[in-house]
Amino acid sequence: MIGFQLEPEHEELRKTVAAFAREVVAPVIGDYYERDAFPYPVIAGMGQLGLFGLPFPEACGGMGGDTFALGVALEELARVDSSVAITLEAAVCLGAMPLYLYGTEKQRMSWLPDLCSGARLAAFGLTEPGGGTDIPGGIRTRARPEKGPVNGPANGPANGPAKEDGKAGGEWVIDGSKAFITNAGTDITSLVTVLAITGNADGRHKELSSIIVPAGTPGLTVGQRYSKVGWCASDTRELSFADCRVPQDHLLGERGRGYAQFLRILDEGRVAIAALATGLAQGCVDESLRYAAEREAFGRHIGQFQAIRFTIANMEARAHTARLAWYDAAARMLAGQPVKKAAAIAKLTASDAAMANARDATQIFGGYGFMNESPVGRFYRDAKILEIGEGTSEVQRMIIARELGLEDQAPPLTRRH
Amino acid sequence: MNIVVCVKQVPDTWAERKLKQGDATLDRESVDGLINELDEYAIEEALQIKEAHEGEVTVLTMGPQKASESIRKALSMGADKAVHLIDDALAGSDVLQTSYALAKVLENIGFDLIVLGAESTDARMGSMAAMLAERLSVPQLSLASKVEINGTAIKVNRQSEDGYWQVEAQLPAVISVVEKINEPRYPSFKGIMAAKKKPMQVMSCADAGIDTSLVGLANAATEVVDFTERPPRQAGTIVKDEGDGGNKAAEFLVTQKFI
Ligand SMILES: Cc1cc2nc3c(=O)[nH]c(=O)nc-3n(C[C@H](O)[C@H](O)[C@H](O)COP(=O)(O)OP(=O)(O)OC[C@H]3O[C@@H](n4cnc5c(N)ncnc54)[C@H](O)[C@@H]3O)c2cc1C
Repeated sequence: MIGFQLEPEHEELRKTVAAFAREVVAPVIGDYYERDAFPYPVIAGMGQLGLFGLPFPEACGGMGGDTFALGVALEELARVDSSVAITLEAAVCLGAMPLYLYGTEKQRMSWLPDLCSGARLAAFGLTEPGGGTDIPGGIRTRARPEKGPVNGPANGPANGPAKEDGKAGGEWVIDGSKAFITNAGTDITSLVTVLAITGNADGRHKELSSIIVPAGTPGLTVGQRYSKVGWCASDTRELSFADCRVPQDHLLGERGRGYAQFLRILDEGRVAIAALATGLAQGCVDESLRYAAEREAFGRHIGQFQAIRFTIANMEARAHTARLAWYDAAARMLAGQPVKKAAAIAKLTASDAAMANARDATQIFGGYGFMNESPVGRFYRDAKILEIGEGTSEVQRMIIARELGLEDQAPPLTRRH
Repeated sequence: MNIVVCVKQVPDTWAERKLKQGDATLDRESVDGLINELDEYAIEEALQIKEAHEGEVTVLTMGPQKASESIRKALSMGADKAVHLIDDALAGSDVLQTSYALAKVLENIGFDLIVLGAESTDARMGSMAAMLAERLSVPQLSLASKVEINGTAIKVNRQSEDGYWQVEAQLPAVISVVEKINEPRYPSFKGIMAAKKKPMQVMSCADAGIDTSLVGLANAATEVVDFTERPPRQAGTIVKDEGDGGNKAAEFLVTQKFI
């Protein structure tokens, strides 16, 4: 091995997305951010670029790219703005990917083309007000089958294919709520895939399944947009379900496989979040370099002070390390190798880098860095969530430790069932 | 319709551009190259014409190996094929010679419509459309801000400072476009992937029937005799407002001949 080098077409994609971010996103995003508004025209432009279809095959309306293509796009977007980057990441990795990986042909064909073109967005509802880290412990949302037989074992771990799911005329009736769901309430949201308890497998463990809930289904209430510290131009909502009914064929994948599905989705999503975090970390370097060459103090450019130069050098080292980490995880993923540990390391490293670089860049900008109108101010506000979303940094450390064979032996607290 | 877009790889406009000490030609090696900005509008216009009227878009570039980056970008945007005129004998050619060489290739590959950007960001001669039209004996419609094609008739809004002229001609013709004409598309990833499979013909002077004694730096009609580097930026003049700031600022503007 002589080093990580992207394929020429990925480099070209990088240039294209970088130009788009600079020319289309940068001039307008601050205003949306200030107003807590969703940037529909920018998202439409990203759709025309094909970004929402990057990792999906052309047969489903995708671009025929891979994880590297998606990661490069996320990195270049987040170098300028994280709100649009997370909108893309969540739409692709959490929204469309489960449909692509677990959907039936009919489900894929009815949802994916619009999602790949960016005309519509999908969301994934896992986290609940009662907890996001502790799955399944924190999950309360239930979906019960009604009318007509629902196939697949309701009383044991599912292992056969879901032969007749979707054929009978029954319904899933969903009750419960979800918290912090990205892309759940835009004008172009087409569906939310909801992780819900569908049974009690062996009398002790919750049986979890994924169910597709189209936007606008009666019984689904979309809450107001949260007032967030960062990612202000992205859409995050609380969802509540009360006697919310969807046809039986809206079950995604096998009944009882929800837990396994979301573990894989999150593993792969972490590589994407790591790429996004790398972008933010690099964006901090870009802005700091520019400012250090321009701002004067004590008769010099501040970039001539060693304190500033060393700070920027550290920032570049962090961004570089973060990039290597996500490249490594993506390469393993594409090679079909185990990716759990590499993905956790990438996410941990890159979100650390983003956080540290945002703090340093803000420092370099002084008072201007604390102003909402400066990109660096946005970077500062956007960085923190990277240590929380799609598995907190504690979770990443738990995964890495577990992969090293370090088991948590302490008896758990009594379950709150 | 057979549309040919001539594109030029130029040094990145954001980078510092330098002339080489030896022969006073542009140092193209030390900076990143990219497609001349106005040529992106030319490509976009060609693609829109093709989409509205059918046909085929060919990209033509003359330049060193590195210029193939610009060809790839044009193909990624949606052009169908490319011709790259590449020959060491061409190095240092001026606009007259370049128009001669390009005209030779154009005679070879044939065309109904040639689309150019109105000027390049490096040399800024803005004369290629006129020269090609003369050499190929076809009409030129330059500085187009709008193009309409009806059968073999082409109608163009020719932009000027006060408005535009409406000019008309019969195809085949050469047009050059200004920024106002459209909004160039970004290549999609699908376009980038597809570009790899599109035909790219490489031509030498011999292939195109170009007489090498007429091209290249040594035979150029124009010569850069000397140049001076731009002096480093001077500190600005600071006007202190002691009640007469307005007057002082105005006086300064007068000395600079702004008012
Ligand atoms: C803007 C935004 C967008 C989001 N988008 C989505 C989305 O689209 N879909 C979705 O499903 N979710 C989404 N989330 C939710 C996000 O994934 C969760 O917030 C996150 O997983 C943490 O869950 P929690 O907030 O319930 O924290 P908790 O699980 O309550 O954790 C609280 C703290 O305890 C720590 N902790 C918990 N368990 C342990 C342990 N065993 N050992 C050590 N420490 C532990 C955590 O690391 C954390 O520090 C989003 C959140 C935000 C803020």
